[in-house]
Amino acid sequence: MELNIMENQIQQPREKVDEWEPKIIAFLCNWCSYAGADLAGVSRLQYPPNTRIIRVPCSGRISPLLILRCLQHGADGVLVSGCHPGDCHYISGNYVARRKFAILNNFLEYLGIEKGRVQFAWISAAEGKRFAELVQKVTEDVRTLGPATRLVRKQG
Amino acid sequence: MLNTSVAIRDIAKKLLDEKRVDLIIGFEKGSVPLRSTPCFVRSTSEADRLIWNVNCENNLAKYLPKTKERVAIVAKGCDVRSIIGLIKENQVTREQVFIIGIPCKGMIDRRKIEAKLDGKEIIEAEEKDDTIILTGNNLREIIKKEEFLHNSCKTCTHRNPVIYDVLIGDKVVEDQAVDEYREVKEFEAQSHDERWRSFSDEVSKCIRCYACRNACPFCYCQECFVDSSQPQWIGKTTNLSDTAIFHIVRAFHIAGRCVDCGSCDRACPMGIDLRRLTKKMEMDVKDLFHYEAGISLEDMPPLATFNPDDPQEFMMV
Repeated sequence: MELNIMENQIQQPREKVDEWEPKIIAFLCNWCSYAGADLAGVSRLQYPPNTRIIRVPCSGRISPLLILRCLQHGADGVLVSGCHPGDCHYISGNYVARRKFAILNNFLEYLGIEKGRVQFAWISAAEGKRFAELVQKVTEDVRTLGPATRLVRKQG
Repeated sequence: MLNTSVAIRDIAKKLLDEKRVDLIIGFEKGSVPLRSTPCFVRSTSEADRLIWNVNCENNLAKYLPKTKERVAIVAKGCDVRSIIGLIKENQVTREQVFIIGIPCKGMIDRRKIEAKLDGKEIIEAEEKDDTIILTGNNLREIIKKEEFLHNSCKTCTHRNPVIYDVLIGDKVVEDQAVDEYREVKEFEAQSHDERWRSFSDEVSKCIRCYACRNACPFCYCQECFVDSSQPQWIGKTTNLSDTAIFHIVRAFHIAGRCVDCGSCDRACPMGIDLRRLTKKMEMDVKDLFHYEAGISLEDMPPLATFNPDDPQEFMMV
């Protein structure tokens, strides 16, 4: 159910390339990074509007399949963020996640997915400014890479 | 090899006689030359079916998950590593399994021989020392075993069983010189455009038969993510994007568990180079977390644990 809502949000007809704006999905953990995004908002910090945020309980919740599905269904970039090491609300969720991310990151690059399409970060609830900066950076990186072509599911 | 077969039968009979196990899992002669097939023996009278030769390639550990019986299993180096993995994942207990370990010098790839014979049919194949004598209509050829080994056997670094209850034959010398990740490194050296082209060409052959999954001793989930329809995690057609993601996630699911037994590679009817994916996972787990699957019963599976000092250079600063 939830999955379908997510797909409807990102599965919109692609604009022409000259008007193209990157679509970025950000998976933020409930306890740190989402609060960091909230802080960026209440602090009235400006950052590019290309990011759609999906709140998850913990970065340990992220399965590689979630990231791959984003790329498959129209996202041009994915940002995954959780609490800094040692700060996880569930004690070790982000440590376990970090191992998964390390392997996934290497593997995607190995298969020829451009570096920068999928990025990982630690953002705490106090780091509103850092959140705005990292979103800025990811947006620029993805803009430089151009629209995603690899792993995108073409109909028919 | 005949002696090994006789030794296996003797042990099988002894174990069944003494009622130490309920079932022996081994190999019997297949219905075509160069083929051995898994065999399940429950009584001493059946034990003479058991054999051992260079075609006993299947990983019999596949039959262990969730079994309730006491089982004796004939196992090569790679099979024993799979069994260790399954014990660690609580799919079977150590007490329940009697491991008949066999040091292995590599199994023969039938497809490579068939390619060489150019369509000529083999009617009989006889093993003699380091060679195999193939005979058929207008065919008599002596081939060297080492030239027709499976790819996974060529880069094998654990030919001897790591643990066993009984070992048949003498331990063989491990190949220390082989660079098991040479192909991975060669692939890595290409540009990312070339790598993507090569990967998508490879997976575009996939017909989604899931033979790779079904052959893998570690794919024992009751419901695989590809079979689930609520939610449907992944499209079920041969759409390139779906097949690519299937192969990426399959490789990810066996990261830190795969022992490179080559089952998936052998099972693939389309000849997809699946070891190119699994071998990379194996290499990364070794580099990043200093872990090798199926070597010890004590250490934790790498993706079920962590170290506060794990590498994180890949993360944004």
